Amino acid sequence: MNAGAGTSLLQRATRVAAIAAQFADTVDNEGRFPRESIAAMKAEHLLGIQIPADLGGESAQVEQIAEICSILGQSCAASAMIFAMHHIKLSSLVEHGQSAEWHRAFMRRVAAEQLLLASATTEGGIGGDLRNSICAIEIEGAICRLEKNATVISYGTEADAILITSRSGTEAVSSDQVMTVFVKDQYTLEKTNDWDTLGMRGTCSEGFVFRGSAGKEQILPHPFAEIAAQSMLAMAHLLWSSLWYGIAVDAVGRAQSFVRAAARRSPGVQQPGALRVAEASNMLQMLKSEIIACLNAYRLAKDDADKLASMGFAITMNNLKVAASQTILQIINHAMLVCGIMGYKNGTPYSLGRHLRDANSAQLMVSNERILGNTATMLLIHKQNTSLLG
Amino acid sequence: MNEAIRELLAKVGGLPVSIDQITDEEDLYNAGLSSFASVQLMLGIEDKFDIEFSDQYLNRKSFSSIKAIERTVEAILKNNEDA
Repeated sequence: MNAGAGTSLLQRATRVAAIAAQFADTVDNEGRFPRESIAAMKAEHLLGIQIPADLGGESAQVEQIAEICSILGQSCAASAMIFAMHHIKLSSLVEHGQSAEWHRAFMRRVAAEQLLLASATTEGGIGGDLRNSICAIEIEGAICRLEKNATVISYGTEADAILITSRSGTEAVSSDQVMTVFVKDQYTLEKTNDWDTLGMRGTCSEGFVFRGSAGKEQILPHPFAEIAAQSMLAMAHLLWSSLWYGIAVDAVGRAQSFVRAAARRSPGVQQPGALRVAEASNMLQMLKSEIIACLNAYRLAKDDADKLASMGFAITMNNLKVAASQTILQIINHAMLVCGIMGYKNGTPYSLGRHLRDANSAQLMVSNERILGNTATMLLIHKQNTSLLG
Repeated sequence: MNEAIRELLAKVGGLPVSIDQITDEEDLYNAGLSSFASVQLMLGIEDKFDIEFSDQYLNRKSFSSIKAIERTVEAILKNNEDA
């Protein structure tokens, strides 16, 4: 545990955010891994908080992790995204790996050694459709082997373990998938794609050919379909939305400071940007309410497998992701209108370029087009809930 | 009912194997039923049996096998009778 003054989750996250903010522009400029903020997360023991206390973690709930995502998102979106992706992977272990001794022991290691987990769900020839795989895990005796053309493994070379999807065997159909944990010394990564992007440059989401070999007990004991439906998709949309909200919070904060500074210079004069700040604040409040409502929906559904797997719940989470990813762009654009050239320029206290570029990833990471298509299919059969509170 | 469900599955399920090769208990998703095809199947069943699936039945489990679909349809028909 860090020897710093405060030990609450918020205090620890705030200390990490201060470090992340310090390096955010460098990380963005150089498109490099935010090693200082990830080292700070490890020093503050934030990578293991979701793990149950009896396995060495702190049994943190999704709301607490979402709040940390938002705090980090206000400083460095790439650091926040890495933190979110790590915890999305960890949720698969916490929710679906507790019945297996290997995975329990691994969770103890994650908590004790602050291991960073990465994800390999996309594949050449499949793209972002994470519910289908071409590659298959091969089981021979006590060993499982996997080779995957993973077009994206965010911070792949920096991770301590990778959770990777594949078909459950060489005979399985593409949607019959499992997820397996491979620890760093059990795989090699051959780089196939660079990551030189508009925004989220620090996530280093390069492509690799993954080749791994491990004990077959490292395959998660539940089908990936179940893992995706019951925890992964909801966690992803909730944590992503929370950190996107954080980006928007910081943008509105900058716009508000800009208007305040102008108001101090010319007292009694209505600032032209003031109404835009009011509008941005309105949108930010709607987004916040949406995220809180969906966090509540997840908490209520969490212990009911049928509810988690229901279409109504999936539509709610899909709607959150689409709404959050679209709304932050409108909010940041408003902030840009307020700050004008000072927002457009890099290196001013009101710069918004990084915010806008990072925020543009939101509608693409799991494409909104795909999500809307999926929702549209469900709405063919799902009936609208017409009550306000129910 | 079993025959009607099998007929619909053959028509809209898009399964890579013939419907005769699918047992009543077999997991349809593992057999290749996509989420899009499962919705087409649900629409077909609603039409065929003149029922409506409420949200509690609209999940993977209710449609995971031919047997599960039969149980789901029977439960709704029974609810409708009781109502």
